[in-house]
Amino acid sequence: MAKILAVGEVANGVPKKATREITSVGKALGGVDTIVFGTNTASGAAEVAKHGADTVYTAEIADYNGEAYARAVAKLVKEKGYDTVLIPHSWTGRDVSARVATLLDSAVISDAVELSMDGDKIKIRKPVYSGKAFVNLKSKCAIQVVTVRPNSQPIKENAGAGKVETVAVDTTTSKAKQVSFTAQKSNRVSLTEADIVVSGGRGIKGPENFPLIEGLADILGAGVGATRAVVDAGWCDHTLQVGQTGQTVSPTLYIAVGISGAIQHMAGMGSSKYIVAINKDADAPIFKVSTYGIVDDLFAVVPPLQEELKGLLGK
Amino acid sequence: MNILVLIKQVPDTEAKINVAGGKVSEAGIKWIISPYDEIALEEAIRIKEKSGGTVTAICVGDDSVQQSIRTAYAMGADNGIHIKHDSYQMLDAFGIAEAIAKAIEGQDYQVILAGRQGSDSDNGQVPLILATLKDWGVVSFAKKVEIAGDKAIVTAEAEGGEAVYESSLPVVITANAGLNEPRYPSLKGIMASKKKPIESKNLNDLGVTPNARVEVLGFEPPPPRPPGRIIDGADAAAKAKELARSLREEIKVI
Ligand SMILES: Cc1cc2nc3c(=O)[nH]c(=O)nc-3n(C[C@H](O)[C@H](O)[C@H](O)COP(=O)(O)OP(=O)(O)OC[C@H]3O[C@@H](n4cnc5c(N)ncnc54)[C@H](O)[C@@H]3O)c2cc1C
Ligand SMILES: Nc1ncnc2c1ncn2[C@@H]1O[C@H](COP(=O)(O)O)[C@@H](O)[C@H]1O
Repeated sequence: MAKILAVGEVANGVPKKATREITSVGKALGGVDTIVFGTNTASGAAEVAKHGADTVYTAEIADYNGEAYARAVAKLVKEKGYDTVLIPHSWTGRDVSARVATLLDSAVISDAVELSMDGDKIKIRKPVYSGKAFVNLKSKCAIQVVTVRPNSQPIKENAGAGKVETVAVDTTTSKAKQVSFTAQKSNRVSLTEADIVVSGGRGIKGPENFPLIEGLADILGAGVGATRAVVDAGWCDHTLQVGQTGQTVSPTLYIAVGISGAIQHMAGMGSSKYIVAINKDADAPIFKVSTYGIVDDLFAVVPPLQEELKGLLGK
Repeated sequence: MNILVLIKQVPDTEAKINVAGGKVSEAGIKWIISPYDEIALEEAIRIKEKSGGTVTAICVGDDSVQQSIRTAYAMGADNGIHIKHDSYQMLDAFGIAEAIAKAIEGQDYQVILAGRQGSDSDNGQVPLILATLKDWGVVSFAKKVEIAGDKAIVTAEAEGGEAVYESSLPVVITANAGLNEPRYPSLKGIMASKKKPIESKNLNDLGVTPNARVEVLGFEPPPPRPPGRIIDGADAAAKAKELARSLREEIKVI
């Protein structure tokens, strides 16, 4: 049986959603210990244990440092004899995973959307070529390192023993260091973590109408996204871009408003569980992947939709 | 300052990908430089234009990747290195990084630019493996790059916001969207690119075994999505109402 270490983050005592997911995945695959980096990690440990961690290693560090994270994980893996490392395919995870693997003379299998045990190795499935194909992969290395797409795996409550051990993180030898950090301005849920995403496309006509998208998102407690056309036109911040050259999201529900459904956009949202499209062109490709479609003028649809949803949600 | 840019040749984003018998057919695919690598290349050329030095583009792949190296020349790269490997089919990232590390041994690059991920594999591993093998600093997802003396100051996308990192040189930097808008090659650049030599090395001569670390079990076409429903209604408001109801009662997501 695999001996699994999951890698997560705790911000000010609160585990990131991806940390809960990755711990749940490890537990589902047979049992897991989790290392958490961040601040006030000790008070987040019990929360992480709820999702299955038998041991929670707390690694207290204020400023993100990829080199130091990777060294700490590699050291722990060697010391304790883990043969499997699971890391969320988040901004942090993507920056850390390949370094961890290299320090362990291993390789990463990245962005898994499905995982299953095959002997003592994990068989993973991931989309490639912008979602136009899937590939199944398995590690040939003694230690397997796998990153898992955020939001692709359920969070489960299945308590582990929850023993807590502290781990030291040493940044003194790091060649790159964070000198400042600016938190996202909006207090909306982040795009990659959001369970519902509402995105706007060129159909919204101009920046003055972007609040229509944001308003709909806020009623649903959703994240806000956009197409590259909207980002390039400067109608919203480019961090909101969903697609091949933007962010990849896999929410339960993706609502595309005034979006044609170009292949590069679909690369970023094609793995959403349900897709809703509102577009006045019945031939728009987005309808081919939509669970529900409304063929109509978005300016006539979105305001009454907002009212309906407010009514249903008691807002 | 000498700058190295890692470029990967990938199927055009519009290309149709045919999967049969567990393999991807490469027939009829138009090949391009991966979109993020174009951004990396543009940044390298801008640094050179500002501070002098050279830009070298390096690519691991079969003979067809020479066209991408020529595109890099046309944009403004000075040198090109082709590490020859016969099959494209997504070599594992470790093999590529190792080959690049060996091919540049003894050469002096201070800044190494790469894409944040290849648009085929979506891995984002090669630059990080290279940096770790070489024990160089690395900053992922750059939105702004400044080289100041013996330091790189890089603004990058980070978890929950934006961070500024300072790194010693040599540094590996991966390009995010929004770092710059890549230029189109000039006609003069295209003409000149045709005559430039490309340095060629062989993967096997570098002592690298491809696909040694990850086993590819097979490719599959994406599963078809269950058929959807176009919502009917007398007017937009009626459709909106029916959509809200469906979200709540049929798929129960709100
Ligand atoms: C290398 C490369 C990378 C790319 N990466 C990305 C990426 O990461 N993300 C991305 O999104 N794109 C990306 N693109 C761009 C992509 O090809 C499309 O151009 C883009 O997604 C189109 O955005 P859109 O759907 O908003 O605009 P359009 O394609 O212009 O679609 C607008 C839609 O709005 C509808 N509409 C108009 N008015 C109304 C109305 N009043 N009511 C209802 N509907 C209306 C129209 O019918 C139309 O379908 C990339 C392209 C390339 C070449
Ligand atoms: N075959 C290759 N040759 C040169 N550079 C590559 C190659 N593969 C990947 N890279 C570089 O590594 C980045 C990340 O690629 P990947 O790890 O495949 O997602 C790319 O954007 C390139 O800059």
